[in-house]
Amino acid sequence: MPDTRVPAYPMKRDCPFDPPPELGRIRAEDPVTRVRLWDGSRPWLITGYDDQRAVLRDRRFSADVRRPGYPHVTAGSRARRRRSRTFISMDEPEHGRYRRMLTSTFMIKRVEALRPRIQGIVDELIDTMLAGTPPVDLVSAFALPVPSLVICELLGVPYADHDFFQRCSRAMVSSRSTPEEAVTAGDELKEYLIRLLDRKADEPADDLLSRLVVEQAETMTRSELADMGMLLLVAGHETTANMIALGTLTLLQHPDQLAELREGDPVLIKSAVEELLRYLNIVHSGRRRVATEDVEVGGRLIRAGEGVIVATDAGNRDEKAFPDPDVLDLHREARHHVAFGYGVHQCLGQPLARVELQVVYGTLYRRVPTLRLAVPLEEIRFKHDMLVYGVHELPVSW
Amino acid sequence: MKVSVDQEKCIGSGQCVMLAAAVFDQRDEDGIVVLRDANPPSDLDDDVSEAAQVCPGLAISVED
Repeated sequence: MPDTRVPAYPMKRDCPFDPPPELGRIRAEDPVTRVRLWDGSRPWLITGYDDQRAVLRDRRFSADVRRPGYPHVTAGSRARRRRSRTFISMDEPEHGRYRRMLTSTFMIKRVEALRPRIQGIVDELIDTMLAGTPPVDLVSAFALPVPSLVICELLGVPYADHDFFQRCSRAMVSSRSTPEEAVTAGDELKEYLIRLLDRKADEPADDLLSRLVVEQAETMTRSELADMGMLLLVAGHETTANMIALGTLTLLQHPDQLAELREGDPVLIKSAVEELLRYLNIVHSGRRRVATEDVEVGGRLIRAGEGVIVATDAGNRDEKAFPDPDVLDLHREARHHVAFGYGVHQCLGQPLARVELQVVYGTLYRRVPTLRLAVPLEEIRFKHDMLVYGVHELPVSW
Repeated sequence: MKVSVDQEKCIGSGQCVMLAAAVFDQRDEDGIVVLRDANPPSDLDDDVSEAAQVCPGLAISVED
């Protein structure tokens, strides 16, 4: 019989814009505590900001999904991540070796150089949207195409195939997918990328997949390269797209702050991006690790082999790190948030995500000042069932 | 303020460059941190301290 004193994780939200209230209670009363997962395992849940940073920077906690005790999000995610092993599931020094193959592409000056192109993509999509008749679904007309076009250009994946890879991507991050469905979607996408890599090996172009297939010809198999490409493609879609749509819905609930943002002050736009990353923390299933040694965290002893879940949605609402944490304040100094994680696995694409969001938040509401929800808030379907939080559709009018 | 960086620990997140581009840069070939100014002027103290605080690889050390 399951021990009902140990709370089940993940927990349910009350308000679609806030983390589950139970997380806040746990953070106040028992910030390092056991929770119960879908498979009956009982890893530790870390809810305080300082403890979270301590765990995520401590190399005694492993990200290796093959280790016994690793707390998997779902059966589907377990099956898929064991099958397709990338640097996000590796520890040092192996992790760094792979990650450093990619860091030059995402460095600040390269990403800043993409800003005009990203602005062009955003403007063009807004032109198309405004030429149509409202209401439109902002997710399919704008929020998803922006990061999808950008990551496709960067990787060298034909955008014309977006229906196919977006479908695979959705199945891979849906917690409703069975293990078979998640694995099949991953396999289909991987086969597609292997064929693409074969073509790039013959005729390299000026894109990341071409660079990798040429530079790593001796060190990485086509299969490993495809796994890496798949990770970048999926991560490049599912995150920024949700920040755009959910961020817009959030701002529409705060019309005074949205009006201020519309004035276009670049300093405010930058801090708005950080604050929305903190406030919404869309990667809502926690960062997961397994202890390789006995480690004390927040006064509790975590034993070697035990799983750990770092709930960054709770950390980003910790009043010790962010005064009045449940208030959205676009002027807040929020750059120390943990929405991108922390430690060696912190998001590789964060400079790109930041520029995309700065361009979007700085352009959409200025160019469409009358943007509004076309349905009551109650009708919006939130992504409770996805590994990355957001909205399934966002019908808007102007 | 005296600044030092550890390129082995750096993961190329670029947060230091966003905060203090006069002090930190990234190597063209792999995005790893390069120190441009080991003794930055005091008006950059806050930015440099914040860069050290947010660095995910704990690759930045500062001394007063």
